[in-house]
Amino acid sequence: MSEPLTAKVLVIGGGPGGYVAAIRAGQLGLDTVLVEAGRVGGTCLIRGCIPSKALIHAASRFEDMVRTAAGAGELGIALGAAPSLDLAATVAWKAGVVDKLNAGVAGLLKRAKVRVVEGWARFSDAKSCTVETPAGPVAIRAEHVILANGSLPVEIPSLPFGGPVISSTEALELDQLPTRLVVVGAGYIGLELGAAFRKLGSQVTIVEAQEKILPLFDTQLTDPVARWLHKAGVAVHLGAKARTLATGDDGWVLTAENNAGEALKLAADKVLVTVGRRPNTEGWGLETMAVDKAGPFVAIDDQCRTSMKDVWAIGDLTGEPMLEHRAAAQGEMVAEIIAGERRRFDPVAIAAVCFTEPEIVVAGLSPDEAKAAGKDPISGVFPFSANGRARSMGAADDDGFVRVVARRDDHRLLGVQAVGAHVSELSGAFALALEMGARLEDIAGTIHVHPTLSEAFHEAALKALGHAIHI
Amino acid sequence: MGEYVFKLPDVGEGTAEAEIVAWHVAVGDRIEEDQPLVDVMTDKATVEMTTPVGGIVIAVHGELGDMAAVGSPLAVIAVDGEAHAQPAPRVAQAAPKAAPVEQVKAASPVRTAPSPPVARVRTEKPLAAPSVRRRAQELGVGLQFVPGSGPAGRISNDDLDAFVASGAGARPDGPLGLVRRESVEEIKVIGLRRKIAEKMQEAKRRIPHFAYVEEVDVTEVEALRVHLNASRREDRPRLTFLPFLIAALVRALPQYPQINALYDDDAGIVRRHGAVHVGIATQTTGGLIVPVLRHAEARDLWDCAAEIARLATATREGKARADELRGSTITVTSLGPLGGVATTPVINHPEVAIVGPNKIVERPVVIGGQIVVRKMMNLSSSFDHRVVDGYDAASFIQAVKALLEHPATLFLEGL
Repeated sequence: MSEPLTAKVLVIGGGPGGYVAAIRAGQLGLDTVLVEAGRVGGTCLIRGCIPSKALIHAASRFEDMVRTAAGAGELGIALGAAPSLDLAATVAWKAGVVDKLNAGVAGLLKRAKVRVVEGWARFSDAKSCTVETPAGPVAIRAEHVILANGSLPVEIPSLPFGGPVISSTEALELDQLPTRLVVVGAGYIGLELGAAFRKLGSQVTIVEAQEKILPLFDTQLTDPVARWLHKAGVAVHLGAKARTLATGDDGWVLTAENNAGEALKLAADKVLVTVGRRPNTEGWGLETMAVDKAGPFVAIDDQCRTSMKDVWAIGDLTGEPMLEHRAAAQGEMVAEIIAGERRRFDPVAIAAVCFTEPEIVVAGLSPDEAKAAGKDPISGVFPFSANGRARSMGAADDDGFVRVVARRDDHRLLGVQAVGAHVSELSGAFALALEMGARLEDIAGTIHVHPTLSEAFHEAALKALGHAIHI
Repeated sequence: MGEYVFKLPDVGEGTAEAEIVAWHVAVGDRIEEDQPLVDVMTDKATVEMTTPVGGIVIAVHGELGDMAAVGSPLAVIAVDGEAHAQPAPRVAQAAPKAAPVEQVKAASPVRTAPSPPVARVRTEKPLAAPSVRRRAQELGVGLQFVPGSGPAGRISNDDLDAFVASGAGARPDGPLGLVRRESVEEIKVIGLRRKIAEKMQEAKRRIPHFAYVEEVDVTEVEALRVHLNASRREDRPRLTFLPFLIAALVRALPQYPQINALYDDDAGIVRRHGAVHVGIATQTTGGLIVPVLRHAEARDLWDCAAEIARLATATREGKARADELRGSTITVTSLGPLGGVATTPVINHPEVAIVGPNKIVERPVVIGGQIVVRKMMNLSSSFDHRVVDGYDAASFIQAVKALLEHPATLFLEGL
């Protein structure tokens, strides 16, 4: 082995937390090394957010055309023949999207003068690791180490990944459409992919151990999604636990057990297991680094410091919410702290989006969460059925709405949630309002553009103040 | 209803002016007869002035730290009834203020009162935009302490600026809790502090100090002290080292009259005093004060100890009379357990000498070819080199040393 590589900052993991930290560190003039075994971009870019959104987009286009061809189109458009799907080609297009973004990230890293080392890092102490690169082992020592190792899909012991049992990663790489897809876990990943495959033509069955879909969201928000699943013919088994997979007469049969103790036999070609993600804390020497854990996660403070001096941790490794934008914000902050700036991680809200059908956005507290936090909230709900733009997009009939939650005494915004087509794009407006400390009157006093979906935000604030115009 | 003008009375020390060190009332206050009105300081005595009449305070003249001339109006009180009707000088006629610019600054707070802040629950995050939060982090300011002037108590950039300008405390926020502190606290040097400053400045400006440090073996005098304390009568005070040192000074000084003297350098006269009035440098919460042990030459150890204890207590409690705070002819300054190895004490002008014992420690000493453990103490001293030659100063300290090392000689007549 040659001389160890030395750096001011060593970033482990090229996902959105790690690459952002590395780019920012580079911009700040810190000598930075990034270690990534796969392609820079991480779960989000390579096998998560971006490819799944590409697939969902393709699925929605395909479903539109199928419905149009079947004469269900209301827009006066007719298609002479039903569209056909070449999933391999769809996946190839998706791969192109990913490639472009991956190349973009690589270019940004290069421009920031970040040295990228390809391979798996293994730590021997908190500041030293060895990377098995294609060209042989490379030892690296750094003054600061930023751990951004991310997370992995959780496996069900009785349904290990492999063969017909797939995780979201494989689901995005299928070259053949499964005729029957059973999705275990009705969290956002399972529902997003389940809905996409339903639109592409699979028969989809969802098995969820809890009594509701999207257990982390309130029923008011998830009801429209449940109704869409029902209309789309997706079978949803709640309170049912997936047990075993066996070969049947025709493909595979997943056995699940419902609350009554009855066994459900679900025929499947593929079983997509999306029961959550766990932090990637094993197999790379974390135990040698004298870093404390908080449950399964690496324990951090509000500056992303671990218990070991100058070892930092960001992103999914450090806990919920496991979201790209949280990791990226942490990564940027840590680079700045290392460069000598004084910062703390103190967002008012980390908004989250489900690209289900319809989409869900949550930012800040729901009415129930506000009450649980000891606040006295008021809320205002405005339905998209009364919004001109939603109506003109054919998106007014999916029971969507915007809901604002505010303190009763001073009207400051505590949370904003929405469900409906395209509402993910409103998430920035919601988060901005919360971060700026807006009151209902601030939203009411902002002229929102007509005709846009954002008007529903304005009207919801007016509703909470007791004087909505359009309902 | 009449107006009563409270004028600074002659505080009886022949001084023409006094410094205002504390106001007990503000304009608009109602006060009763004999209620404290204002504290003024002259020389080293602070005098609390009470009002001879009751009523409403309608004007006060003078900021803290201002010098008020005897006879100048300090306060105007609207008297209940007609009793004290007398013409009051108008405010505008009062003596013009010496430094109006400085006073304007002192009088106007940096920040105007913000609109009453909305009550904020302690656990609740302060309401502020991300840019304001970021700046607060950079400044090391905890936003939960910053009053917000915006709607719902929102903290604006200006609120943060005002908070920082007000000098309010920073919160540890950096790596390992280390923070750079940028705050500067402005403390007006007034009252006793100013007196001390002036006195020290005067002493150092006028007097070329000659410092001399000698080592004294105090084993025997300490043994005597311990014995006397152990066998003392119930009504006698505990002896500290100081009465022994004073006894040694009293014994040595007659041979060195130039050292127990006051030097009126303006007049060019040295007054050698027969009496040994020993100033005892005393630390109080307000600062250094030097009460005077009068006629040490006419006191025995016990008397000396009792008087030192009484003076120290009275001084610390602010009850020392003015005449107990002046008239010393030589000063002793002891830091007790903080005595250190050596000090360079500042002479209490117009005296010409000051003596400061340092801490007593057991040290190995060679005596007759043997190393023995002895209680050793350094004696630091400063002399006014204009009127005390180094030779005489050294001889004097050697005499004091000899007396302390052979304590029996402290009490021998006809030495």
